[in-house]
Amino acid sequence: MTDDDDRPVAGALSRMVERAPADLMDRIAAQWAYVEGPVEDVYVAFTTDGISSVVPASTVSGAEVFAAEFSRRFGRPLFRAARPPAGVEQALRSGRATGLRFDLHDLTTFEQAVLAAALQIPPGELRPYAWVAGQIDRPRAVRAVGTALGNNPVPVLIPCHRVIRSDGKLGQYGFGQEMKRRLLDGEGVDVDLVEAMVRGGAHYVGDASTRVVCMPTCHRVQATADGDRQAFASLDEARRGGFRPCSDCRPVGR
Amino acid sequence: MPTEVRSPAGPLLPPKAIGPAPIADIDAVFMSMFEEQRDRLYSSALRLTGRPADAEDLTAETFLRAYRSLCSFDYERLDTLQPRAWLSAILVNEWRNQLRTASRRPATVSSAAVGTPEPADPDAGVEERAEGSDDRRELAGMLLELPERQRVAVVLRYVVDLPIAQIAEVMGCPSGTVKSHISRGLDRLRPIGGPAVGRDPGPEGGPR
Repeated sequence: MTDDDDRPVAGALSRMVERAPADLMDRIAAQWAYVEGPVEDVYVAFTTDGISSVVPASTVSGAEVFAAEFSRRFGRPLFRAARPPAGVEQALRSGRATGLRFDLHDLTTFEQAVLAAALQIPPGELRPYAWVAGQIDRPRAVRAVGTALGNNPVPVLIPCHRVIRSDGKLGQYGFGQEMKRRLLDGEGVDVDLVEAMVRGGAHYVGDASTRVVCMPTCHRVQATADGDRQAFASLDEARRGGFRPCSDCRPVGR
Repeated sequence: MPTEVRSPAGPLLPPKAIGPAPIADIDAVFMSMFEEQRDRLYSSALRLTGRPADAEDLTAETFLRAYRSLCSFDYERLDTLQPRAWLSAILVNEWRNQLRTASRRPATVSSAAVGTPEPADPDAGVEERAEGSDDRRELAGMLLELPERQRVAVVLRYVVDLPIAQIAEVMGCPSGTVKSHISRGLDRLRPIGGPAVGRDPGPEGGPR
């Protein structure tokens, strides 16, 4: 106690306590929910800024483990939500999450750009890593794209499983290739067909009736009748044959 | 070789005392700390920054930083923690960092907030708002014009209600210095209801 404490202004200051805003904790803690999906059930964690983490339920032993790992990785307490964020169940069923809000603050701008590009890949379609690199105007950064997709904190919803290698091989997946294949199977992708085409030297595949040339990973190729599929080693070869590039998969290269 | 002398057969450290505490325990400690300290912390943030939105940001950031530190604490550290002083130290550091960042950016005039009345807090009781709200607003405005260290010392002493010794730790200076910051700070806060002496409203301060 000092003499200063007795001054009237000191008393006035000590009465200036305000109530903290009622929603203060929402700015600090995240919430989690368990959401059933057509192929994989997932734990989803979210803040007021959006969805920040998705973990396939089959890869962790229970909600406590998921919550503890989340809190350590993201440095936030995590509480059970009354319900999942709006639209998540629908997004899992449809395979389209473009309408959801994601909280990806902790990522670099490069990683955010990669995920934003991956988010645009429709269900049932595949894109090579090089395509993603092209979409974000970093055509040489193919490896870095792979790394960024590998660090995707919101897999399944942001469909990094739809990005595969240009040679038709599935490529890596944070939760193992087997899950990547299962997720793609669930969307009706014939992974074996893509692999077989690329193994046969088809870097680009045309549809002889529509005269459109695609990446072997494009959904159009899957829909093309077997007899109409025409393989090209280069894009130039396809152009010379009177084929125009597909506007969906936007094939890149010569 | 001399045999190592061990302490008598008593229990070694119980296993729970080694390494970081489990998240469930951290969460429990954090939540009780949050419940007890949030109003005090928010109030001091409000007196330092002068704007409810900035105060909310600062308070949320303080608790987040606190949580991140707690995650690496073991039980011993948790047991000896003095939440009020510890959180205040985080808050003051964070506020100073923000000031430094803001001063590097052009055109952020901190005193611009002084003339702006705070929106009424919908949660505050009616009597509380009615009782002397003009005086409070005036006092809050004058606090914002105190030099940084005086403002911190005064807020920690009277809004947070920390003892001088803990304020000295938070501010990293001797107790005597804290006392003189407080004395000089209070001198500058015109007595409530007293005459308005020599207060320059500044270029954008007064009503037009």
